[in-house]
Amino acid sequence: MTSDGARILVVDDEQEVRKLLNIVLKAHGYHVQEVEDGQNAIVQTAIFHPDLLILDLGLPDMDGIDVIKRIREWSKVPILILSARGQEETKIAALDAGADDYITKPFGMGELLARIRVALRRTANSEDDPVITVGDLVIDLSKHMVTLRGNELKLTPTEYEILKLLASHAGKVMTHKQLLRTVWGPEYENETHYLRVYIGQLRRKIGDDPIRPKYIITEPGIGYRLMG
Amino acid sequence: MEREVRPDPEKLLERITDDKRGKLTIFLGPAAGVGKTFAMLSAAHERKSEGIDVVIGWVDTHKRPDTERLVEGLEVIPPKTIVYKGTVFEEMDVDAIIARKPMIVLVDELAHTNVPGSRHHKRYQDVEEILDNGIDVFTTLNIQHIESLNDVVAQITGVVVRETVPDRILEQASEVRLIDLSAEELIQRLKEGKVYVPEQADKALKNFFRKGNINALRELALRRTAERIDKQLDKYMKAHDIQGPWPVKERIMVCISPSPLSANLIRFARRMVNRLEAEFYAVYVEKPEDLHNEKLQQGIRKNLSLAENLGAQTVILTGNDLAKEIIDFARSKNITQIIIGKPLEFKLLDIWKGSLVDRILRLSRGISVHVITGEVDEDDKPWTQMYKEMKQRVSFIPFIKDLFIVAAFTLICKMAGKILSTADLTLIYQIPVLMSAVRSGLLSGIFTAFISTLALNFFFIPPLRTFSVANVGYILNLIIFMVTAIIISSLISRLTRIAEASQKREARTAAMYRLSRNIAATADTKYLLEMVTKEICNIFHADTMILRPDDKGKLKVDFYATSNHNDEDGVRILQDNEANSFNLAEKERATATWVYEHGEKAGFGTDTLSDAKAVYIPLKTQKNTFGVLGIRFERENRYLTPDEWQLLDAFAGLAAIAVERISLSEEAKKAEILAKTEQLRVALLDSVSHELRTPLSSIIGAATTLLEEEGLYDKEVRRNMLSTILNSAMRMNILVENLLGMTRIESGNLRLRLDWCALEDIIGSALTRLKDRLEGRSVNVDVDPKLPLLYVDFVLMEQVMINLLDNAVKYSPKGSPITITAKLSDKAVEIQVEDEGIGIPEEDLERIFDKFYRAETSRHVSGTGVGLSICKGIVEAHGGKIKAENRDKKGARFSINLPLSALQQEKTESLPGDSR
Repeated sequence: MTSDGARILVVDDEQEVRKLLNIVLKAHGYHVQEVEDGQNAIVQTAIFHPDLLILDLGLPDMDGIDVIKRIREWSKVPILILSARGQEETKIAALDAGADDYITKPFGMGELLARIRVALRRTANSEDDPVITVGDLVIDLSKHMVTLRGNELKLTPTEYEILKLLASHAGKVMTHKQLLRTVWGPEYENETHYLRVYIGQLRRKIGDDPIRPKYIITEPGIGYRLMG
Repeated sequence: MEREVRPDPEKLLERITDDKRGKLTIFLGPAAGVGKTFAMLSAAHERKSEGIDVVIGWVDTHKRPDTERLVEGLEVIPPKTIVYKGTVFEEMDVDAIIARKPMIVLVDELAHTNVPGSRHHKRYQDVEEILDNGIDVFTTLNIQHIESLNDVVAQITGVVVRETVPDRILEQASEVRLIDLSAEELIQRLKEGKVYVPEQADKALKNFFRKGNINALRELALRRTAERIDKQLDKYMKAHDIQGPWPVKERIMVCISPSPLSANLIRFARRMVNRLEAEFYAVYVEKPEDLHNEKLQQGIRKNLSLAENLGAQTVILTGNDLAKEIIDFARSKNITQIIIGKPLEFKLLDIWKGSLVDRILRLSRGISVHVITGEVDEDDKPWTQMYKEMKQRVSFIPFIKDLFIVAAFTLICKMAGKILSTADLTLIYQIPVLMSAVRSGLLSGIFTAFISTLALNFFFIPPLRTFSVANVGYILNLIIFMVTAIIISSLISRLTRIAEASQKREARTAAMYRLSRNIAATADTKYLLEMVTKEICNIFHADTMILRPDDKGKLKVDFYATSNHNDEDGVRILQDNEANSFNLAEKERATATWVYEHGEKAGFGTDTLSDAKAVYIPLKTQKNTFGVLGIRFERENRYLTPDEWQLLDAFAGLAAIAVERISLSEEAKKAEILAKTEQLRVALLDSVSHELRTPLSSIIGAATTLLEEEGLYDKEVRRNMLSTILNSAMRMNILVENLLGMTRIESGNLRLRLDWCALEDIIGSALTRLKDRLEGRSVNVDVDPKLPLLYVDFVLMEQVMINLLDNAVKYSPKGSPITITAKLSDKAVEIQVEDEGIGIPEEDLERIFDKFYRAETSRHVSGTGVGLSICKGIVEAHGGKIKAENRDKKGARFSINLPLSALQQEKTESLPGDSR
């Protein structure tokens, strides 16, 4: 699916924001539908069948996080949170509830468009393509192989698992909890220092400078994202 | 030359304060049956027809049909029922009247005494309370019930009236209407059965309602009313400043004793005061040895309160020389007339010194002295009283002891045999006399003197073993012995009593001193009140409590001290919970509440709500009442002496003042904080308004240009304007974030989300965020690779780095490098951010972390002075330190020192996962 014709449902109670998004998104060739509350968001997701949801958390009738949970009961449509609530707790709650990405208001339009593209591409790629390429880094999921500029990297199984998880959700933020649960298991979901240590090792092996990372981006207080 | 005449402001004020209170109208009659109630009801109807809200609070129609008819058509406030000793009584419902708040309320029979269990002892007190609530009162009163006329009426009619009303009530009345009826008419009405039922009427006619009596009473009533009119005229003249031939102000002083006779003296004085319009003093001279005599104290309390009721200023003097004390006081107050009672008994000592009256007459130069006598009931005669007292009080145990002592001495002397001469013996026998006098007082001393004389005579003076005396010389010997023994024992017992009294007094003075010293030193209300409670409990040996209103204004016991002899200092203070849950009987609480609301004392031993178990004293200053002090004696009939009242009042006053002082100083502190907050607020507004307006004006300017002048500018200019808008908006965004961050730190809501973080990660994240601002600069990052993971709040530490970097960019020239270093030093991480800019003035190195503080050198750079204070708040929340200094060469250095926790060191050692 190309960006042309992708259907985006904008959920925001503020008219100015809806107007702005409508203009910009239409200009970029998307089909846009606007709603202003949670109930309509759920209904329209079912009727309009959007390819992406841009969701504000502060809705007049219900909490945005509940909207995510309700939609996630039956739909895998990518959900991009666009909210003025900047606290990490909220972000983590939204991501853990099933949101795909989070952008804090005020936001730059370029940033938003980039995230929309990443989210749409991820659904398009799905899991049948086993090779993920990020810059010079190539991750071949079928062969369990990682190469950097053609040279194979020796990764420990844990390091590989982390990289695989980040790569299969490239561009999407993975919360600490999601990473720890998947790689180590549910009982380790609070042991963030494991993660810090392994990310550090991983970064060294893939030649990523933590001060100026190219591949693994730190999302302060939330988690990590592999450049998409 | 004539002077301008201006009314005295104080006098005017007096008239104004009169206005707030309700007005009292008294329908005064010479006797029952003259038609006072009738007249009052008629007046009420008249008012009602004028549209004034009149209700009946209490009217006794005595079933007279005429009167009953008048009650119809007026609203009656239902009376309250009070059960006393199994009988149901009805009394006027003061609270209901006050709640109803009519303009005028009718209250019959002002002199009525309420059933025990009512709020006030007397109905006139109820009326005063109603008046205080701004309600006008119509009431009725017979002349014989006026306090100062009480004895005169008794003399005329031979009937003693027990129910009296203080003269001040009559004086305070704004109107007195005399309801008069000729003696013939009254007797006629009585005969017709219009006043009493026939049998009663007959009796009344014979005893009270004789023509002579009635006329005498009428004269009294008329005279009293005339006096009032005279006074009103006087008041009018003063108010309008009509100068008149004012008489020289008389000042009358009555000397009172505990004797019931003094009551007559006081009333006599009062009548004189009325006639002369004099100032009125009542003086009692207390001898130190009288202090512990409860009987005396009770008498004096009664007389003093009578004098007070009659409008006298009461004064208690202390001293041994009555005459001197009285005259000294009289001179100091410029008293013109002294009234004193005629002594009833003749004292031996008077021959030598002259009686009290004689001495006062001698010393009085220039002051008129009136010596008054009065009839006394047999019961009230001093010696009858003394006899009664003896019967009550004297126990025989000391006398038996005296007998034993004398016997012992006799035995010893007998054994000593002939060595002792009679002279020696008379000296030796003084010893038991002294002992008894010291131990158990005068009576015991005299008794011992007497039996010693007998023993001497019987055992040692020939002829032995008889009470007869052989030699005249011996008789003289015995007489001298007895006289000396008696004199010595009287002196000794007096001295002992004085010593006891002064000890008691000293203890109180000491307590007072201790309390006032402690009060001055304390700044904690709770501690202070606890101390007061304890001290009072200690002095009076009584349960003491302090009640204060809670949030809802309901009084609750805050402190309670109870006499407990097990404790070291004899006092046990109930702790908070215990005291709060202390269950106060409803009646006690109601009394305390009344005291709190009215600011006057009440309860046991007072005139108001006297059936309460404890006495309650308001803790009040001039401005307000903040609580109530309650004291409850274990013994039922323990009354406070005037002296103790004074002490208690002093305590309450001291406590109240101290509490007020503390609350004032707290208020002052609050005001100071408020002023500081205000200062900060102003700084915040200044800074924020500037910082918000600057980018806003850029945004609005650029946006309006783009909107209105489409086509005028080329693409490049338009892009420029758009980037202006973007940058300004970004700047505002940073400001908002900073303000939010500061609010979080300020409000104490800064909750650290501690987690394991790599410092490189934090720095990297900060650099990413500041990418645009750092363009064209080289940022050198040097992080020690051995650095462990830090257990910090990632986002907040990132904020610190962002603020420090932003600061470095702001205060250093474009393109100059910024250096970040981090190294491990002795269980801490040291992070430094250095620039090559203008540096910081030495004197500001500390202050730049203060909120809204901006260094003088930074005026040209935009900023709010919030960023660094946020850094400080965050670093300190992590248990770290931040400081600013100037680099050796050029620029500023900010250093953060974060201690590594034990947790951190342990975590870095063990790592999970896989083998490499």
